[in-house]
Amino acid sequence: MKTTSILRSEKVSVEFAGFKAVNEVNFHLAACQLHFLIGPNGAGKTTFLDVLCGKVKAKRGKVWYKENVELTKKKEHQIADLGISRKFQAPSIFPKLTVYENLELAIQPRKGVWSSLFEKTNKDLQEKIQHHLQLIELQSRAEQMAGALSHGEKQWLEIGMMLVQEPNVLLLDEPVAGMTDVETEKTGKLLKEITKKQSVIVVEHDMEFVRTFSEKVTVMHQGALLMEGTMQEVQEDERVAEVYLGQRAS
Amino acid sequence: MKQGLGTINRESQFKWIVYMLILGMMLLAPLFLSDFRLMLLAKYVSFAIVAIGLALIWGYTGILSLGHGVFFGLGAYGMAMYLKLEASGGKLPDFMVWSGQNELPWFWMPFSSFFLTLLLIVIVPMGIAYGLGFLTFRNRIQGVQFTILTQALVLIVVTLLIGQQAFTGGSNGITGFKTILGYSLSDPTVKRVLYWITIGVLALLFALAYWMTKSRFKRVLLAIRDGENRLRFIGYNPAVFKAFIFAVSAGFAGIAGALFVLHVGIISPSMMGIVPSIEMVLWVAIGGRNSLSGAVLGALLINYAKTTFSEAYPSLWLFLLGGLFVISVILLPRGFMGLMKDGMQKIKKRRKREDANENNIDFTFGESKR
Repeated sequence: MKTTSILRSEKVSVEFAGFKAVNEVNFHLAACQLHFLIGPNGAGKTTFLDVLCGKVKAKRGKVWYKENVELTKKKEHQIADLGISRKFQAPSIFPKLTVYENLELAIQPRKGVWSSLFEKTNKDLQEKIQHHLQLIELQSRAEQMAGALSHGEKQWLEIGMMLVQEPNVLLLDEPVAGMTDVETEKTGKLLKEITKKQSVIVVEHDMEFVRTFSEKVTVMHQGALLMEGTMQEVQEDERVAEVYLGQRAS
Repeated sequence: MKQGLGTINRESQFKWIVYMLILGMMLLAPLFLSDFRLMLLAKYVSFAIVAIGLALIWGYTGILSLGHGVFFGLGAYGMAMYLKLEASGGKLPDFMVWSGQNELPWFWMPFSSFFLTLLLIVIVPMGIAYGLGFLTFRNRIQGVQFTILTQALVLIVVTLLIGQQAFTGGSNGITGFKTILGYSLSDPTVKRVLYWITIGVLALLFALAYWMTKSRFKRVLLAIRDGENRLRFIGYNPAVFKAFIFAVSAGFAGIAGALFVLHVGIISPSMMGIVPSIEMVLWVAIGGRNSLSGAVLGALLINYAKTTFSEAYPSLWLFLLGGLFVISVILLPRGFMGLMKDGMQKIKKRRKREDANENNIDFTFGESKR
């Protein structure tokens, strides 16, 4: 199955003081796919996302973006510029700026010192911000300090900050952790909406959420890829059951 | 949203009126003060310029520098070198002769030109700050580690200045100035003009900093303070911003140092060492580091208090300063200005409530029409 991949890793390995957190992972993300990454704690899911977005440097291996740009030597902000956007587990927004200002910082096409000093946000961008406010359902809170939002709203704002940059790839780490059922449902729909145009990798522990919204699931275990398929296939796989059950038993 | 803008406008109008009043008072001050008091006031004003820069990097960006004495000193030494050369009238400065030096060192040469001196006063501190800042911030050295680094910088520069007596005047520093551009520095009129220039520079730099804090640039600074990592992942390079604002604040300190020398007539390593560097931060902490006007106010009031108290009870001043600092850290983390803002907010809230109760009309509607 060789569909065009937007992101592809080639034998990526990460070591922390001799411990192999990620071990020769070959992974590929197809365009416009909602791709879930699951696995027991310590499987290396988050570390793998860290490699993709440049936070952690791979010891070996390569990451190809659109098959022609190699990412492992690039810095975080360069990777972000290329259109790969990362969201961390804990919501991280700028609490002392308003919801609108948070999005405004993210949306700027030029992010240097001079443009920040001299350029005003033009009409086009302002409209785009409004559009995204609607998408993440925070229009009514646009002028509020982001620090005053609820946990779920912060998560959405952060997803909104990624979306306004119109990235090609979104990397999300447990976006629904700590959300109510209603919020989780809303987030799932938002992700579905996003994958009409963009590709998304989600690291998730909430199996119910994965079952409802996944298109493709990759299971990681002890730093390596265990299997890949639909959620149906994954659930029926014996190795996966063993990994999860084995961990539960111990 | 309209209502919000309306009140902001009225508030900022009020703010500008207060600023203008203070500016007017300061411009008129020479008419009421003796030469000595005027010199002191001018000194405080130059300190206030340092404070603006410190508020920018500390309050807005979250970078604590305990090394701004160095940048202050670089500006001060630059101006002192120019004044010394002018006072020596083409001969070698006296302290060089005493140290057995027989020709002018190369780095003194540019300071025979007033124009070059003005340039170097700004460029040298900014350049050093940008270089140091960029290297450290790029390598993600931040927080306390950066602060310690700035202290180390102070130690290095002070040691260098004291050690190289033949070039720098050693621990005595540089003094014995006579004229600036041919005008006698002891002439009361010249002193007044210099004072007014200092006020003008303060106003100008305050306006520059104020303008910065109204642009998106400020929001990037706040974002660096509150979530540098997030900022990196939305495509900004925080190291460049931090190095830039560090350089700007160093430039402010350099200009302040140069003005300081014009009024005080001497610069020595002890005026830019560890203790003065820390004191600068205290002015800003007590005045309110999140506010430019707070920083200015802090610098003016603390230094005024310092003079007054040390005249009356020389040994008590340091205790008082320490006490003020402790109080502001524990009770007023946003300084005096933070306290003022909270108070204003309370009054406003109460007034709103009363208005709404008495007139029983839709408050937002009435407000938005204004």
